[in-house]
Parts: sequence; structure tokens; C-alpha cells
Amino acid sequence: MTGRRIAIVVAIIGLVIVPYVITEVYYVNIASQILLYAIFALGLNVLVGYAGLVSLGHAGLFGVASYAVAYLLAAGFGHAVAIPAAIGIGLLATAVFAALALRASGISFIMITLALGEIIWGLAYRWISVTHGDNGINVTTRPAPFGLPLSSARGFYDATLIIFLLAVASSAIFVRSPLGAALCGTRDQPRRMNALGFHVWMIRFMAFMFSGLLTSISGILFVYYNEFISPQALALTASAEGLLMVISGGAGTLLGPVVGAALVVIVKNVVSGLRFTVLSPMGFADLVKFVLNGLFQHWNFLLGAIFVAIVVFMPEGLVPGSVRLARAAWRTANRSKSARPAAAAPPAPVAEQKR
Amino acid sequence: MTFWLLLTVNSVTFGGLLFLLSAGFSLIFGLMRIPNLTHGSMFMVGAYLGSTFLGGALGFTLDFWAAAIISALEVAVLGALMERLLLRRLAGQQLAQVLVTLGVSFMVADLCLMGWGGDPISVSTPAGLGGFVRVGLAVFPLYRMAVIGIAVVFAIALWLMLERTRLGAMIRAGVDDPQMARVVGIRVSRLFTIVFGLGAGLAGFAGMIGAPILSVYPGLDQDMLPLALVVVILGGTGSLLGSFLGSIVVGFIYNFGQALLPELAYFVLFLPMVLVLVLRPQGLFGGRLL
Amino acid sequence: MSRRVSRRTLLTGTAAGAAVALTRFPAPAVAQAVPFKLGLLTVKTGPLAAGGILMEQGVLTYLKEKNYTLGGRKVDFISADTGGNPAGAKTKAQELVERDGVDVILGPLAAFELYAISEYVIEKKMPTLSLAAADNLTQRTPNPYLLRASATSSQATQPLGHYAATELKLKRVVTISEDFAFGHEQMGGFQASFQKDGGCVVNKLWPPLVTPDYTPYIAQIVACDAVCQGFAGSNPLRFMKQYATAGLKYPVIAGEAGADDFLLKSFGEEALGLVSAAPYTLDLESDANHRFVDGMLKNYDAIPGQYAALLYCNCQVLDAGLQTVGGDARDREKLMAALKLVTLTDTPRGPIKFDHLNNVIGTIYIRRVVKEGAKYGLKLWNKTIHTYENVSQFWTWPEKEFLAHPVYSRDYPPLTKC
Repeated sequence: MTGRRIAIVVAIIGLVIVPYVITEVYYVNIASQILLYAIFALGLNVLVGYAGLVSLGHAGLFGVASYAVAYLLAAGFGHAVAIPAAIGIGLLATAVFAALALRASGISFIMITLALGEIIWGLAYRWISVTHGDNGINVTTRPAPFGLPLSSARGFYDATLIIFLLAVASSAIFVRSPLGAALCGTRDQPRRMNALGFHVWMIRFMAFMFSGLLTSISGILFVYYNEFISPQALALTASAEGLLMVISGGAGTLLGPVVGAALVVIVKNVVSGLRFTVLSPMGFADLVKFVLNGLFQHWNFLLGAIFVAIVVFMPEGLVPGSVRLARAAWRTANRSKSARPAAAAPPAPVAEQKR
Repeated sequence: MTFWLLLTVNSVTFGGLLFLLSAGFSLIFGLMRIPNLTHGSMFMVGAYLGSTFLGGALGFTLDFWAAAIISALEVAVLGALMERLLLRRLAGQQLAQVLVTLGVSFMVADLCLMGWGGDPISVSTPAGLGGFVRVGLAVFPLYRMAVIGIAVVFAIALWLMLERTRLGAMIRAGVDDPQMARVVGIRVSRLFTIVFGLGAGLAGFAGMIGAPILSVYPGLDQDMLPLALVVVILGGTGSLLGSFLGSIVVGFIYNFGQALLPELAYFVLFLPMVLVLVLRPQGLFGGRLL
Repeated sequence: MSRRVSRRTLLTGTAAGAAVALTRFPAPAVAQAVPFKLGLLTVKTGPLAAGGILMEQGVLTYLKEKNYTLGGRKVDFISADTGGNPAGAKTKAQELVERDGVDVILGPLAAFELYAISEYVIEKKMPTLSLAAADNLTQRTPNPYLLRASATSSQATQPLGHYAATELKLKRVVTISEDFAFGHEQMGGFQASFQKDGGCVVNKLWPPLVTPDYTPYIAQIVACDAVCQGFAGSNPLRFMKQYATAGLKYPVIAGEAGADDFLLKSFGEEALGLVSAAPYTLDLESDANHRFVDGMLKNYDAIPGQYAALLYCNCQVLDAGLQTVGGDARDREKLMAALKLVTLTDTPRGPIKFDHLNNVIGTIYIRRVVKEGAKYGLKLWNKTIHTYENVSQFWTWPEKEFLAHPVYSRDYPPLTKC
């Protein structure tokens, strides 16, 4: 697998030099956002992709850690206290989520997580004495680990990148571990796993905790990135966006959620700012530009449409989907070379992913 | 005393509105086994369309009730189309179907924003129902009383439809055991389209009925969908009586929660839903259709 | 969702070849040759959208009047929709500053949005001419890059408290306003001055910004002789209607946004008698106000209220300040210093000047909603019944005494038995 290793090294080098290639602060910040949402999506992916449990309440978990860190900082604690404490509180909330939600699976699991997410959102929104409701909580400082300040866009990017790489690595280790294998087993054949003596509930619980850890970390990064937290970050839409990242990129793969996070962040921020100049007596090209402008401005519509299209036409997600298409194309090309043009290529093996 | 009277009346009326919203949601959930996450969007679209008809978008101004019925029919067609064109392709894959409804709800929300802008639209109360009646200490706003009446009429009509018509019998069979229904020759797929359209139409109608109270604004969908979910989970999916009782209960929790426990208003609203899902997944009022 | 309204490209189409108007070319160092980039943080989605749309129209009305020139510079105007929440305001402020490279920010609309971007504005040294009324940013924690030609949240409700106690002779009032910074500060200011003049606030109710049905809150209004509402955007419409259908008869008084002139066309009979205090009134008979209102009617067929008027004033201040520095906005300190010294007499709201903390000193109008004398085809009219001139953010308290108490909030002044 040397090819794979080379690819990984190239990818890491590429990520490290991003802030040197794109020097503009705005785009470095976008890159930081992609990484922090990628951590969120990786966490959600542990449940959605490997455990087959779709959560619509992860923004709530994200929010618990966010509010914990913001509240502690506003109360005067230092970063060294606030961050570990917020992770601890996030994990505690995860344990409660897991204990309740793992009583069910399938649609019921979705509904329980959704309700739990709404509870957390409702507390953030209305428990004014702690959360300040709509006013939100301002965080005025970013930490400076080892004397390296994260206040600049580049410093923050570097720190986020390190955490992101750790998150990817730990996800990879988790998935390849016996626990990860058992988790996939509980996704595909829960009853058989049970009969084989695996403790399905406990396996799922461990997966949920790992997912909660990554989610909490991304929540804390979110607060430091924005230097602010308010209930909008916890709304049902935020949970849905996380799910969109995982499913669109490819659930159950490591690269998929990262690609999905990039897709969502770019559509939301960059594409929505693009604008073609339209001349007033419209020609055909201007009409096309006009329509594109409308689509760019309405990124929510665009995201929804991408989501629907992926679920209907490429249910395995962009990353595995494009790999499949590329392989199919490669095979077709090879066949046609081997002097049998009349024989049509067999249909590509459609991934039968009954989720 | 006025406080309790006013809030009680308001809880019941809000419950009536919630019933109109969640009856269709419950039928769809019971028959197709999926929570239709576009249900809030259908409610919002119904309200937007209706308010536009009121404003004379068709070239002439419609009466409030006519606008409500026409927008309900349009939303019903939208729902049926969505079932036919999108959900049908994913038959049997419940999870994918849920995700598609989620994606569509994103699209609908943004389409409404494009079409009607972000400024909330207030809809005036239909003629003759603007005032209130005072009986002793209690005040009964006329329009809100009318909403209760409409909810009761719809409850009875839906009950008769389910109980006395062939279509109703087929729906009941589908909810109880879809495989068996197919075996005895019911075209379940067509039934899905009909029920989806019916449910969407009811949501659209509810949207217009709710508009004079709630007004129409971006985000209305996200405010109403969780309420419908709570109602249906409490009442039990596919159960008409459950929806009715669940709606009234949620109406009370929603109103009194905001007034008495403002900081925990959403906590007390969603906690019962979690508890029911965890402890009594068939719903508080049983898993039967009626 | 920022929208570029570039007059050059729109009207003359000089950029025919350039297909994409990319917004991120680094600005050349030549000051006069490039247009002055004016960014607006406004709200076009949610309950505050009605006000936000009028804000943009107010700016554009001024720009059109001046042929898109401020302080001798051509203006490139960029408008961004924050969605009316603090997180959105932060994101959009970053877009305007870092991606679009604006020279000055106008807006945002709401106090909680301004609090969320205040640190950022200081960090980026970005001159910000705000509509939003986040009191403390010109009080105990002043922001040197903020100039407020509108009013603090409490600047109009403090005179209202005085008027309610001394002229309306009210004794016991229940306040109700949105549960965010603007509502808290408005009602705090009302309570402080009302109680100073002998009144008593008996209960404070805080529905959230998005409240589909106010009845659970209205049901709690008891044992008082008036209600003071501080709603914003289009919320006053729904509140007044639901208040009337609940059968309540206590008279209602309101803050600056609670009876905004732009709401007059949508209010019904339920608004008759509503008394409000505001830094701008449509009723003001002056050349400057007529010019402004005529512009709004001509350009947008819109009857303006304070959202548009105060943004128009902000543009006037910016125009005057830019004149002083010769149109050169590169030295932000110099520009801020020039802006602070601006005094104007011909604004739609009357004469204005600034105090040493960058907040406006101007007239506050007390109005009552009546049927008589309505203009512009309206059925209802905000008739001025009293004016307070040269009102500062400290009202009648000495500055030092005022700044010694905490900023007005949900819990300050506290509810007391009185």
C-alpha cells in the first residue's frame, strides 16, 4: 500500500502549506472552518457510518461542550481548566444521550436524538440565567498553548489542523480496531452479533462516547473560532447540516465526512459570495448568469438539492460514488481497447447499501 | 383567575391547530413508517400560498376560507408529487426516505424565502371573527373558538373516512399490516400517494388556518415540525384519537410551560417525547389507528 | 448572502468583458481613484426583516440623492443579511471586512448583534456607524471605532418613563419586550426613570424574539394601569393584535420601535391611543425630513420610519466626516476623530451632535397614534404630543452617577415592591 502512504503524506503536506498558498485571512479562516466541521462530521460518522445509527441531535452535543467552555471562560476560569472541563461535560451529556437513545435503533433512534437535541437547544435558547439566551456568550480570548498565540488566522489554522489530524488518526485506529470491526458487525447483523456473544449495547455505547468526544472537541474549537456562541449553532438545522456532510461525502469512510464538510462550508460561505455581473439588456449568457446568481445566493436550496440528489442517485456518497464511477469508466475503457467493442460493459456493481 | 381561564382557552385552541397539523403527519407515519420531515414545510407553504391568494395574486382577492381550501389542494398535489417522484424511488429504504424529506425541507424553506422574502406576513382574521366574547371573567376570542370547531369537524370527518369508506378500510389495513394488505389486493403504492397527498393537504390547510394567529415567517416550518413530532410520539403513530388527545396535551404543555416555566419551556415540551420513546414506544394512547 | 449593488456596473455596464465580479482583489493604495467601499450589515430574514429592508432603502435613498458620492468619493455599496442573529452578524462582518475590504460598516440593526461584533470591530479598527443600540458600547465599555447617530436602547425610553409618570400620571406598569439586549436595555431605562419620577414597574415579561403566539405572556398582565411594550421589527403588529383579542383594555405605551411609523399602514384600530417615544418621527415638519420622505416614496414607494431615517442620518454624518478628511478613509483614527466632531442641523430627525463617548445627542419625540391629520394615504398617524430636546444617553442623571450603576439588563433595575 505504498501508493496510499504517499497519498497521505502528500495530503498532509498540502494541508500544512494551505495558509502559505492562500494568504488572504478570509480564506484561511474558511479552511479552519472546514477542518473544525470535518472533526464534527468524523464524530457523527462513527455513529451514522459505522454503527448505522442516524443521529439528528448531534448539534446538541456540540452545543453542550460549546456552552460549557464559553460559560467557564466567562466565569473567569482559564483555558487550562475550561477546555478539559468542557470535554468532560460534553462526555457526560453524551453518556446521557447514549443511555436514552440506545434503547432504540432505526427511525426511533432518529426521533430520540432529535428530541434530545431540541431539549439542549431549548435550554440554550431559554435558560437565560445560564446561557443568556439569544444574546449568546462572548469569548474574548483564544488560548496560547506553549506560548504560541492562536489569535491570528494562521495560528488558529495550524492548531485546528493538528487536532484534525489527530481526529483522523484516532478515527482510523478506532475503525480498524476489534471494537470497530465489532461495531460494523452490529450495524449489519445485530442479532447475529448478539448470538455470537457480543454485547451489542456496550459496543454501541463505546462508539457513541467516541463520537461524543470528537463532537465536543469540534464544539470547543467552534467557540474559539467564532469567539461567540448562541443558540443558532444548536438548532435542528445544524444537526441536519452535520448529517448532510457525512451522507454527502460518504458515510462509513474516513475521507467522506471531510469532503462533505468541505462541500458544505464552501457552498455556504464561498459560493454564496460569488456574483456574476449581469448586464441589463439580458442576452442568453446573462440569463444563465442571472440564474446562477440566484442559486449562489440561495445556498440552502443548493445544499438541499445536493443532498436529495446524493441520497437518490449516489446513496453511498460522493467519495465512494466517484471511486465507483471512475473504476467503471476505467474498466469500460480497457474493455473497448481489448478489441471487443460490440460487447457492452456490464453495469457497474451498484453498492447495495441498505442503510 | 383570568390568567388560568385565558391560558386554558388558548391551550385548547392551540391544540386544535396542532391536531390539524399532526393528523396527516400521524397517518403518513403510521402507513409509511417514516416521519415526514417536510411536514412543517407543507404547513408553511400552505400559509404562504393562502396569504398570497388573500392578497389577490390570482387577479382577484379570494375569501379567507376559499384561499385556505385552494392552498390546501395545491399543497396536497405537491405532497403527492413528492411521494411519486422522490420517495417512490426509495421504496423500502426508510432511512433514505427520511433523509430525502430532510433535504426537501431545506429546499422548500429557501424557495419560500426567495418567493416571499424574509419579512413576516401577517394575515388578517377572516371577516366577523375578529372580536371576542366575554362570559363572566373568561374571554373567548372568536377566531380561536372557530379553530376548535374546525378541528372537531375535521376529526369527525377523518374518523368517518377511516371507519366508513373503502379508502379508510384500505388505509387501516395498510397501517396494521402492509404485507397482508398487499396480499389481499390493495394497491399499497397508490395508497401511499393518496395518504401522502392527504397528509400534506391537511398540513397546508392548517398553515392557513394558523396564519391569522401565528402570521407567516421564515422558520415557521422549523417551529411547527417538532411540535407535530411531539404530538405524534405522545399519541402513537397512525392513531387519530391519539393525535387528538396528544394535540390537546401538547397545547397545554406549550402554553403553560411558556407562562409558568419560561426557562424550561422547551425542556418540558420535549422531555415527554423522549420518555415516551424510551419507555413506551407505542405512544401514550396505544398503537391503534382509532 | 451579501449583495453587491455596484452602480457602475449596473448603470453603465463598463465591465462588459469581466464575467465575474470577484470581490477579493486587494485594494490598491491609491485613495481617490478607487471607490469608497461602504458595507451595510442589515437583516432581511426573520421578525426584524421589515426594519432591515428599510435600513437599506434609507442608505440607498441618501446615496441616490448624492449621486453615489460621499465626501467626494464614488461609493461602492455592499449589503449583507445577518439573518438577525449575533452569529450571523459575526460571519457577515468578517465577510465585509476580510473578503470585500470595506472602508466603513453601517449597521447592524440589533443590539445583540452589535455586542457580538464589537470586539472584532476594535481588532480590525473598522469604523462602524451603528443603528443598533447596545448601550454599554458608548458607556462603561466604550468602543473607540463605534459612532452611534441613532440612539442607545434607553435613550428614548428614559424620557418615556418621565412622560408616563408626570404627564400620563401612570402609577403601575407591566413591561413586555423581546428577551434580548435591546429589549432588556429599553425596559431598564424605562423602569429607572419611571420609578425615579414616582411610578412603579410591577412585572417584567420577556417573550423570545420569535414568539408565534404572545397569549401565554399576555395572560400574565394583571393588576396594573398600563402596559409598556418594547417590541421591534414587525413584532409590534402581532403583539397589539393579540393583546386586543385577549380582551385587555389597559392603555399601551411603547419604545422607539414599538409604534414605528412604517407600521402605521399595517396597524388596525387596536393601535389607537398608543403612546411612544422615538428619536425620529414622520410627523416632523422640516425641509430635511420632507426631502428624505419624498425620496423614500419616490424610490421605493415606502413610508419610512426610524429604521430608514436613522440610516439616512448615519450617511449624512459619514458624508460630513469624509469631507473633513478629504475623502481619505485609510487613516481610521483620523476618520473617527473627524466623524465625532460632526454636528448637523438638517437631518430628518432634527439637530444632532455627539458626546465624548461617541453617542448622539438629539431630540426625542413623544407621539400618540390618532386618526386625524394622517398623511401619505395612511389611516393612522403618529401625532407628536411632546418633545424633549438635546436628550443625552444619560437622560437627566449626571454622567458619573449614571455610569456608576450597572448597564440596564434583564435584572437591572431589579423588580422592587413599590
